[in-house]
Amino acid sequence: MTPTPEHIEYVLRLGDNALILGQRLSEWCGHAPVLEEDMALANMSLDLIGQARMLLTHAGRLEGRGRDEDGLAFLRTEPQYRNLTLCELPNEDFGRTMLRNFLFASFQKLLWQRLTESTDAELAAIAAKSLKEARYHAQHAGDWAVRLGDGTDASHARMQAALDYLWPYTTEFFDATPADGAVAAAGVGPAWSDFEDAWEAEVVAVLNTATLTVPARTPFKSYGKFGRHSEHFGHLLTEMQYLQRTYPGAQW
Amino acid sequence: MLTEAQAWDVLAAVPDPEIPVISVTELGIVREVHAREGGLHVVVTPTYSGCPATEVISQSIRDALVAAGAGEVAVETRLAPAWTTDWITEPAKEKLRAYGIAPPQGDAPAGPQPIRFVPRKLACPRCGSTDTVRLSQFGATACKALYRCQSCLEPFEYFKPI
Repeated sequence: MTPTPEHIEYVLRLGDNALILGQRLSEWCGHAPVLEEDMALANMSLDLIGQARMLLTHAGRLEGRGRDEDGLAFLRTEPQYRNLTLCELPNEDFGRTMLRNFLFASFQKLLWQRLTESTDAELAAIAAKSLKEARYHAQHAGDWAVRLGDGTDASHARMQAALDYLWPYTTEFFDATPADGAVAAAGVGPAWSDFEDAWEAEVVAVLNTATLTVPARTPFKSYGKFGRHSEHFGHLLTEMQYLQRTYPGAQW
Repeated sequence: MLTEAQAWDVLAAVPDPEIPVISVTELGIVREVHAREGGLHVVVTPTYSGCPATEVISQSIRDALVAAGAGEVAVETRLAPAWTTDWITEPAKEKLRAYGIAPPQGDAPAGPQPIRFVPRKLACPRCGSTDTVRLSQFGATACKALYRCQSCLEPFEYFKPI
């Protein structure tokens, strides 16, 4: 199979989602409210960065221009990243972090399930591996969403505020992209809009159990997966890329 | 030079760096060993995508085989089929228990899991009581969760089925 630019872009999107959320979660290391959750967040960050390494390595090979995982992770500029805006938003408090993990891991889980049947054998293998992890992340974060949403008045208020803030960014998950048709036709992966209903049904059921009110959809749009990022993204890259930019080619 | 059978014997003595009571073969991460001209080709699979032990494991496999006289050793990492706790051998599960880690119970979950799924009662690896509670879904490594026994009051780790 000769990779098309759409195919490479699709894999980059997957890799960037995992990389950027992995980077965000790593900010919790040493700061979580309890030790157990500190370890949980660090572990989930590791899973995501592990997924990102496999996906970016694969994207670099498909591209065939000699870029490896480090080249793609650390030496691109803002508009060249294709992650969902949701992944780059600041953590804020523990509740918002958990709710984002829940919304994202539920999405990732449905996507990996479908990608286990990709005609790109390497992508299918990465999907089968990552699916097990996404499933566990969704369960962990879903537990917290219910516990804090259906908790005290204070925790409920924070979770509702977190949902009101995050929900508009989930529209972007399912927005059509120019690559959708070519990628689906080649059997590389589904258009993400294909499983919007499945995602919403799964997520809303848990949010209802958490006694949270799901906001109505608004015309708000975000465009991270198209390369147009939020104001938070440059700050994240500055920190993430510092070492490679300052000491080019540095290795552990 | 080593035969494939000799190579498997050597690998059976290479410990997992995080859980040294079991070997890399008992953990089920060594998938294939092939003898080839001048050396060996070994296929391993990672437990978790971000497991920091993966690179150490490949290195210890290479070192052990080279020290045993295998010649050139190529270690290939292969993702498919994805590793599952079902590949941990029965004797290794007993070793985990003796070490204080509750081994994975039942087969890996194949399908979707309901949110707030209540895990079945785990037996404490120290006293055997099933009066145990989960403290955290993640333990000191990605592959384990943290529990406490209400009878002997000791905390213990549980190797999660995946």
